[in-house]
Amino acid sequence: MENLINIALNSIFVGNILLAYFLGMCSFLAVSKNLQTATGLGFAVIFVLAITTPANWLVYHYLLAPGALTWAGLPLVNLSYLKLILFIAVIAAMVQGVEMVIDRYSPALYNALGVFLPLITVNCAILGASLFMVERNYSFVESVVYGTGSGVGWMLAIVSMAAIQKKLKYADVPEGLQGFGISMITTGLIAMAFMLFSGITL
Amino acid sequence: MNATIAAVRKTFSYKAICDALWQANPISKQVLGICSALAVTVQLKTALVMSLALTLVVAFSNLFISLLRTQIPRNIRIVVEVSVIATLVILADEMLKAFMYDISKQLSVFVGLIITNCIVLGRAEGFALANPPGRSFVDGMANGIGYSSILIAVAFIRELLGAGKLLGYSVVPAAFYEAGYVNMGLMSLAPGAFIIIGLFVWLQHALLKKK
Repeated sequence: MENLINIALNSIFVGNILLAYFLGMCSFLAVSKNLQTATGLGFAVIFVLAITTPANWLVYHYLLAPGALTWAGLPLVNLSYLKLILFIAVIAAMVQGVEMVIDRYSPALYNALGVFLPLITVNCAILGASLFMVERNYSFVESVVYGTGSGVGWMLAIVSMAAIQKKLKYADVPEGLQGFGISMITTGLIAMAFMLFSGITL
Repeated sequence: MNATIAAVRKTFSYKAICDALWQANPISKQVLGICSALAVTVQLKTALVMSLALTLVVAFSNLFISLLRTQIPRNIRIVVEVSVIATLVILADEMLKAFMYDISKQLSVFVGLIITNCIVLGRAEGFALANPPGRSFVDGMANGIGYSSILIAVAFIRELLGAGKLLGYSVVPAAFYEAGYVNMGLMSLAPGAFIIIGLFVWLQHALLKKK
């Protein structure tokens, strides 16, 4: 249990997938202009990460890892080099499937998240989380916690960014720094704030 | 001599290279393309290897997609492009594991993430589908070098200020440390990269405005 809390805290704060590993920056900078859309996208990312990371865990451990095909009578086969291509396919398929299910059963949720779902397929944070999950040898439960935690961390970053952008409209930024430049520096400052959590260990 | 230079300047490849390296090259656009690669800019060495892998992947994905461009049905072109790119990235990843194991460990997942790099797909979609193989290859190469230049510049500053080293060799003289110089730990952490990029953008805006 302590281990799980540790993974969750680490993926939300210190090892934040956006602020410490630079993943998912494209949509982070494009969508952080508006607090409401940022929140919507944040929830969609949490949702997709919480589903795809465990799904890719299953794919990796039952199809790709060295010796994973023992159940099919092929104990010597190692397909782990295929993980990149298969993970992307799984993510695209899952997102498409989730989109259809939400559309069918919860039109309200679909209206809130629907526009963001296709955008998420190409978000490198999603693939990145799956690859980190393999690299760090997480168990199935750990992968669920890690996926959700990374999503929460990403959402926290984008929502705080959107809130800051709103205040920044009234600030007197030097001309050359307006727009992209000041966004990067603000992100750097948020990242610094998140680094302060690194003292916490359980 | 001047005539030759003028002739070279008129060629298509020259224009493509110029565009990719300077004219149509706002850092902001580039950084979005290589966002995930920023994580490997703590050291110059990893950044160089990453740049090499990235440049080769862009160049060859452009070449192969351009060769296939008359064969690819329009409806499924994205799938085909992603498969070509993914195959090249897997090749690059396996090569790194075979010949530079230590560096591939440091690069960890970031070589794999070249697949989701919007620039690689962007060049395939925007250039290779409409141009012959030779030009596409040159375009990919030039764009790759364009992104690499930023990665390498960021890595140079981060390693120099963060660790006082370049490519692993100490370059800050010991006398500096004795006089009270301290390495800037912030540069080795993620926020350093964000702030350097912000300052680069500022610099580029200032330089372009003067013209």
